[in-house]
Amino acid sequence: MKSKVIVFPGSNCDRDVAVAIRKISGSEPQMVWHKETSLSNSDLIIVPGGFSYGDYLRCGAIASTSPIIYEVVKKANEGVPVIGICNGFQILIETSLLDGALIRNNSLSFICRDVYIKSENQTSIFTKKTNIAKMPIAHNEGNYFASDETLKKIVDNDQVAFKYCNQEGEVTSHSNPNGSLENIAGILNDRKNVLGLMPHPERAAESALGCEDGKYIFESILS
Amino acid sequence: MSISNWKYNTEQSLVENHGLKHDEFESIVEGLGREPNLTELGIFSAMWNEHCSYKSSKYWLKKLPTSGDRVVQGPGENAGVIDIDDGDVAVFKMESHNHPSFIEPYQGAATGVGGILRDVFTMGARPVANLNALRFGEIDHPKTKHLLSGVVEGIGGYGNCIGIPTVGGEVNFHPSYNGNILVNAMTVGIAKKDKIFYSAAAGIGNPVVYVGSKTGRDGIHGATMASAEFDDDSEDKKPTVQVGDPFTEKLLLEACLELMKEEAIIAIQDMGAAGLTSSSIEMASKGNVGLEIDLTKVPMRAQNMTAYELMLSESQERMLMVIDPTKESLARNIFRKWDLEFEVIGKVTDTKNLVLNMNGKEEACIPINILVEDAPEYQRDYIIREPSKRIKIIQDQFDQKTIIPDLIEMISHPNLCSRKWIWEQYDHMVMADTIVRPGSDAAVVRVHGTNKGIAISTDCSPIYCKHNSFEGGKHAIVETWRNIIASGALPIAVTDCMNFGNPEKPEIMGEFVECIRGMAESCSYLNYPVISGNVSLYNETNGVGIYPTPAIGGVGLIKDLSKTMTIGLKNEGNIICVIGETSGHLNMSQYLSIIKNKEEGSVPEINLEIEKKNGMFVLDCIEGHLTLSVHDIGEGGLLIAMSEMCMAGNFGVQIEVKKEFLHAYLFGEDQGRYLIEVSEKNYEKVIALAKDNSVHIEKLGFVGGTDLKINHLNKVSIAQLVEKNSEFFEKYTGE
Repeated sequence: MKSKVIVFPGSNCDRDVAVAIRKISGSEPQMVWHKETSLSNSDLIIVPGGFSYGDYLRCGAIASTSPIIYEVVKKANEGVPVIGICNGFQILIETSLLDGALIRNNSLSFICRDVYIKSENQTSIFTKKTNIAKMPIAHNEGNYFASDETLKKIVDNDQVAFKYCNQEGEVTSHSNPNGSLENIAGILNDRKNVLGLMPHPERAAESALGCEDGKYIFESILS
Repeated sequence: MSISNWKYNTEQSLVENHGLKHDEFESIVEGLGREPNLTELGIFSAMWNEHCSYKSSKYWLKKLPTSGDRVVQGPGENAGVIDIDDGDVAVFKMESHNHPSFIEPYQGAATGVGGILRDVFTMGARPVANLNALRFGEIDHPKTKHLLSGVVEGIGGYGNCIGIPTVGGEVNFHPSYNGNILVNAMTVGIAKKDKIFYSAAAGIGNPVVYVGSKTGRDGIHGATMASAEFDDDSEDKKPTVQVGDPFTEKLLLEACLELMKEEAIIAIQDMGAAGLTSSSIEMASKGNVGLEIDLTKVPMRAQNMTAYELMLSESQERMLMVIDPTKESLARNIFRKWDLEFEVIGKVTDTKNLVLNMNGKEEACIPINILVEDAPEYQRDYIIREPSKRIKIIQDQFDQKTIIPDLIEMISHPNLCSRKWIWEQYDHMVMADTIVRPGSDAAVVRVHGTNKGIAISTDCSPIYCKHNSFEGGKHAIVETWRNIIASGALPIAVTDCMNFGNPEKPEIMGEFVECIRGMAESCSYLNYPVISGNVSLYNETNGVGIYPTPAIGGVGLIKDLSKTMTIGLKNEGNIICVIGETSGHLNMSQYLSIIKNKEEGSVPEINLEIEKKNGMFVLDCIEGHLTLSVHDIGEGGLLIAMSEMCMAGNFGVQIEVKKEFLHAYLFGEDQGRYLIEVSEKNYEKVIALAKDNSVHIEKLGFVGGTDLKINHLNKVSIAQLVEKNSEFFEKYTGE
């Protein structure tokens, strides 16, 4: 399994995700600097969380035009699995690999806390091992939004990967941390080989950190 | 200073505007053998202000114990360093950013975080944890809400972006901070013991390199501003506040750590307060050499900057280094990779002078020793106030039926309620090593890739410090010590951030002297030295000073993370015990302050012998896996601590108290106490161990149910406690 972790200036979850992948797969992921232009021989590409280029513009907007991202888009279109976590999700949306938009949390504050999510799509390579899972979120712009038309398309096409829920798995307004449309926490592309999600599975991949539900997402794809 | 004495060509008002006194100017002229030019005057002003020179505090700071078995580097460098075994060290320091945060809360707090982070990674450490100690005015003061929101957002904005978790801290509200809030930021980093970097310049002819952001006109005179009192026009000082860029700092952090892996850096110093001036002088002074700098080479953000402006700018995210000349291109390439400025701006000389050239003209030439060794040092007059006297509190004035309503009022109060609204705005989990998150006694962060961790806690009780500065100083140290013990760690050392009013007032200086004396006593007795710190004086507005606030940041080591302890109750049927004796000290308590609206009586005294004995007993119990949860009893007393354990673990308790004066027992603030949860199986063992160690232990009750019950009479549901405990901040800031 050859995993690649993209590193932008300002990425700050790159090491965390590399540690999780190493622990789960037993093999060392390769860190790929944003100025590089090749991702050949990749079985999994991860766009990690952080503040790429400072995110002083709209989150992910600058990263979506960086040299390496053209290769990420190319590989995604060839069918290579790609996961974007948090800022990585924002970046994948900016590249149009994923539909919709991530706007400011409805509280207008950064939120860092544990949430529960449940997998809506239960067949994709990323979601098949996860039912209800606890993992942290840490973002300011994680409020998923889409036009009625886009929403209908992703729902009809089974592209909703995860929804925020309560401990029992009920999707309620109270369990929605940021105002996301229909509690959407993560989505897939049309072909189901690209996943974007706001929660951080890499921060919940060992019991010492309070929870290991996050590892099922990686196990699902790495096994 | 009177006009008639003035015999110099330099305008007297110019000297005054630079915050220099008559006799200070005289000694500059004497040292130089001539009058300084404007650039030189600016440099002296920046170096000799209180913030950089510690001129009022230096004499007293020397009285603090600073050495110990595990101390690798004490005060005097960018941060202190302690040994945490296996060739690893923890590097830490706390620093104030009070004045800028009052003027511009977001940027003031953000750049406070940025500054302390640089202090730590300058030493070669990767920062792994941020904490902060915040004090605001009373909640009804018109500025408080704006300052609170801005400061919290600023701390989060910087820390979240750079990707260092903010794992803990403290916040208080008190009218004494109405005109002068306190924002103290602490960073802890981890490094290898044989890879620590220092600031002493060396090697005549070696290049002096400027890296990081370009220099602009922001923050000129920031350190001088931080050394003066405020008045009603303090808003006008906004241009002296710097603007933070956490993204650039992230790049600077990674570039510096990458370069530090090579044998290229001889000396490194961050440009913090007083920017290029203090960093260059610090490096030269420590290395006992001179520096010659060509200011034309400094990367500039604004046009036509003068030597004066370049030397005094406090633009953020900059570093100064002396490097091995054979590694120059390697170093340049690393900084180029991270898109950062890298300029050779000068060289190390043997003249022991700071020489500044610009466009071929000499702009300044100052012997380093005049700036540093000859800097003014004062033994200011001080008056020690009598500690406030004990008042008699009569039991008849208390009705046992008010216990629960009083408890609810206390845990809902801004000074005792949950701080979740604050710490949920901070990314406290990035780096994936946060083992104990905010809300417990101390935060615990794992040393990456190992099974050991460091426990960190910040504390201070300004009310104690105001009414008995000696006991208050003792207490601030001990409170962090207790928090670290309660999390299962061995306390090792502290950093201090000494926030006081105007030291030229003898009673303020007296508070400083007494707090130091108290701190020194605790540090010595507990073998818990001060290894770094910062002094912030002149925290006054319109002549009114803040309460003395020596904020302490303590650090301890947990060798085996499986022995980490938290405050949340763990299981039904377990027994709760109180360690330490309770006499019912309601004087100067949170109970009096919140319920009776009185700040009076005597401050509880700490018996260090008992303190140490009790603490070591608790640590022994934790290490022997005899406890399931532990919480120290602090402000608010036993019942507040008990409620916090219930809320954190979501379990009820049933407690039996056979005391006449229930309020005093439950809300008194006697020192040296802890609550521990033990299983029935281990109970006898714990009692026997306590007896062997002559530790006072009392059985308080059992874990169970969904209510907190006292003597079967008074009860409240844990759900209600949680609701009341968590509503203040959201309501307050949402209004």
